[in-house]
Amino acid sequence: MAEAKGILGRKVGMTQVFDEDGHAVPVTVLEAGPCRVAQTKTPEKDGYTAAQLAFGEAKRPNKPTAGHYAKAGITPARHLVELRLDTLEDYALGSEIKADVFEAGDVVDVIGVTKGKGFSGPMKRHGFKGLGASHGTQKKHRSPGSIGGCATPARVFRGTRMAGQMGNVRVTTLNLKVIKVDAGRNLMLVRGAVPGPRGGLVIVRTAIRVTRRTAGKAAG
Amino acid sequence: MNPTDVVERPYLRDDQPEFGPGDTVRVHVRVVEGERQRVQIFEGIVIRRRGSKLSATFTVRKMSFGVGVERTFPVHSPMIAKIERVTQGDVRRAKLYYLRDRIGKKAKVKEKRQA
Repeated sequence: MAEAKGILGRKVGMTQVFDEDGHAVPVTVLEAGPCRVAQTKTPEKDGYTAAQLAFGEAKRPNKPTAGHYAKAGITPARHLVELRLDTLEDYALGSEIKADVFEAGDVVDVIGVTKGKGFSGPMKRHGFKGLGASHGTQKKHRSPGSIGGCATPARVFRGTRMAGQMGNVRVTTLNLKVIKVDAGRNLMLVRGAVPGPRGGLVIVRTAIRVTRRTAGKAAG
Repeated sequence: MNPTDVVERPYLRDDQPEFGPGDTVRVHVRVVEGERQRVQIFEGIVIRRRGSKLSATFTVRKMSFGVGVERTFPVHSPMIAKIERVTQGDVRRAKLYYLRDRIGKKAKVKEKRQA
């Protein structure tokens, strides 16, 4: 559960860069930090170790919110996210967290909220094939077809894939390799895609499910 | 300007000559064999250029022992040591896919006459 370290950021967009072998690498550019620590939680006081990270600038903070930030001696932020940590060593109250908490070669997880697709049909949402385009199909070209038996089991099984809300959910992309960190510009390049639209909030943390294969992938 | 341009800029190469579809080019490709590195030359006709900025690529077609060979390179790839333009072609379209269906003398591209 606890993370070694993490940071908040914003997705800037995707592009590609060349690695030292000359291969083109697809990367997502993240604006990572600077974040401030708004509150720390300790086992003595709260029963667990965590740091509250603040990112961005709040437009019009109300009094209680402003007071919360004033306690840490920082300016009110737009986003506030709590990170469970192993230690609070680098996360002292009020301190600034910059992109250089990570370095090239690290393996990270990136958490974001995916683009909302609204109420979507089963073809878009679950990749169903739909019904025939011809052969007498009427007004049912994109329908799911059968959703189960009849008298047995006389009900629809729970979890049957149907139409419904697609996207706009929190998604974690595991084990992405950090290609480059530019702390001066607060930029960070991670290999591959990241959930969410450009400009969306992302949480970057040390990978929690590193296997031998993913560790090798990060090295290679 | 795109926000990702800042990231791409250090990777862009400004030492590549101007060339386009129809031109005959010699591409000096770095080939890594174990520890050693050498330069291999791939010479042929540019049949397409696509993309922009860092993701731009071009495709070179040549006949090798009677077999058509096409290689696509990123324009800004560090694997390219050098690009030389041998001749400038006179063509009327941007993508010269029609060359694939032609053999022998018909697969040639007219050379542009210098004014």
